[in-house]
Amino acid sequence: MLRTPFYQFHIDQGAKMVEFAGWEMPMLYESIIQEHKQVRNSGGVFDVSHMGRLRFDGPQARQFLDMVCTRQILGMSEGQVRYSLICDEIGNCLDDVLVYRLSDNDYLMVCNASNRLKIMEHFQILREDLDFQLRDETSTTGMLAIQGPKVMEMIAPFAPEVTELKRYRFLQKDVLGANILISRTGYTGEDGVEVIMPAELAAGALGLLVGDLEAENVPVKPVGLGARDTLRLEAGMALYGHEIHDKIDPISAGLSFAVKINKGDEDEAGNFIGQKVIREIAANGPTQKLVGLVLQGKRTPRQDMKVLCDGAAVGVVTSGCSSPTLEKPIAMAYVKAEHAEIGTSLQIDLGKTTAEAEVVKLPFYKAG
Amino acid sequence: MPNPKECRFAETHEWLSIDEDVVTLGLTKYAVNELTDITYIEMKEPKSTVLPGESVGEVESVKTTSDVYSPIGGELLEVNDAVVADPSLLNSDPYGAGWLVRIRTTDPSPLDALMDRETYEIKYPE
Repeated sequence: MLRTPFYQFHIDQGAKMVEFAGWEMPMLYESIIQEHKQVRNSGGVFDVSHMGRLRFDGPQARQFLDMVCTRQILGMSEGQVRYSLICDEIGNCLDDVLVYRLSDNDYLMVCNASNRLKIMEHFQILREDLDFQLRDETSTTGMLAIQGPKVMEMIAPFAPEVTELKRYRFLQKDVLGANILISRTGYTGEDGVEVIMPAELAAGALGLLVGDLEAENVPVKPVGLGARDTLRLEAGMALYGHEIHDKIDPISAGLSFAVKINKGDEDEAGNFIGQKVIREIAANGPTQKLVGLVLQGKRTPRQDMKVLCDGAAVGVVTSGCSSPTLEKPIAMAYVKAEHAEIGTSLQIDLGKTTAEAEVVKLPFYKAG
Repeated sequence: MPNPKECRFAETHEWLSIDEDVVTLGLTKYAVNELTDITYIEMKEPKSTVLPGESVGEVESVKTTSDVYSPIGGELLEVNDAVVADPSLLNSDPYGAGWLVRIRTTDPSPLDALMDRETYEIKYPE
C-alpha cells in the first residue's frame, strides 16, 4: 500500500487507518462526528496527499488541456484554479479535477486518487506528438487541506497575503528554499486553503501547523477521511464513485457550471472530448437529475438504495449520511427528471423499511 | 455492570454476560471501533421472542448499518433506553452503559460454544 509523507503523523496520533484507492489513509483519529464539528466550528487539517498531482509543462500543454477538459483553459490567468470534468467520447465522466495555471505554459492538475492511473493512461494515449511534458508529481509532493471558519485568521499573522486570495486563486511561496503552493480551495463548504509542498518538507510543516495538540482550544485539529465525506455531502459537493462516474454525463450530474458548452465556437480553445454528445444532452434536457433529499426519521440512507414514488422506483441514492450539522438524515440521489422538483415527496427503500423524503435545494449546508 | 473477564464473545462481535437466567448483550469494543460513530440504534420490542442466532436489532453508524445477533434464544426482557436515546454511549462505554438488551433464556447452552475474552481479543485485537 502507498503511504503519504504524513503517514507517521497519523500513526503517532492514533488514527484508525484504512485502505483508500491503494493508499493507507486515516479514516478518523477519534470520532468522525467530533471531527466534522471541529471543521464546522473552528478548523481541521486533512491529509489529501493521496490525490493525484499531474504536471503539464510545455508550449502545447494548454491546447491539450482544452481538448480533455470540459472547462475552458484558454484565458485562465496565472494564479487561477478551475474545476473541470474529464469526459470520454460519449460525454461520460472519467474524472473531476482542479486545473491550476502556474505560469505561461505550465499547468498543474489535481485528480482523484482512484482515477490517477486511469486518466494518466487516457492522457498518454491522447497526447500523440503534442509538445509538452506530462509528469506525475504525486509521490514527490504532499498536500494538506486546512478548512474551517478560524483558518484564515490563524494563517494571517505569518502569511497575510494568503488572506487576500480570492476563491479559486492561489499563490506560490518560497519557504526554506522550497516552493509551496497555497490555494483558496476546498471540499468541505468552509473557507480555507489547500497547500501543496515538496514531500521532504511535508511532515515538518504539519507539525508546525497543528502545534501542541494537547493544548486547550487548538484552532485546527487533524481530521480523517470519514468526516471529509460527511462535510462534502452537507456542502452538496459531488464525489467521484458516487455522484460522478463513467456512466453519467456532467449535465445530469448537475455540473453544467463546469462545462463550457460552446467551447471553441468563438475562440481558439478548440473542442473538448465528449462535447458533441454533452451539447445534445444539454439541449434536450437530461432524463435524470441529481437532487438533495432530507429524510424523516433517523435511519441513514446509503449508496445504491432505491428512491421510490408511490412504490415505483424512480431513482437511486448516490451518497447518504446522518448530517452532524442538521441532525437529520440526508442524501444525494439521481431521480427521473419529472421527480426532481424542489418539494417533491419521495420515499427511500431502506431494506426492512422505507422512509419519507423531500427533495430540497442543494447544498444542505452553507457556511456563514 | 458486566465484567468483561466473565463475558462470552460471539464471532459476530456481541458480548454476553449471564446472571442466573438473564443474559445481558452488547457489542464489543472491536466492533464499535470498526463501525465508527454510532448514530442510531433500533432493538426489538420488549416481550418479543428471540430465536438463537437471530437478529435482535440494528445499529447504524456513520459508515454502515449492521445487525446485532443473539446466540441464545429466549424472551427479550429489556432494551437499554439510555443507549437508544444517546447512541454515543455505545462508542464511549460498550461494555458498560452501552449495553443493548437483556434476554431471559431457558437454554444458556449456546454460550459454551462462544469464545472467552482472551481468545476473542487475540483474534480481534482492539
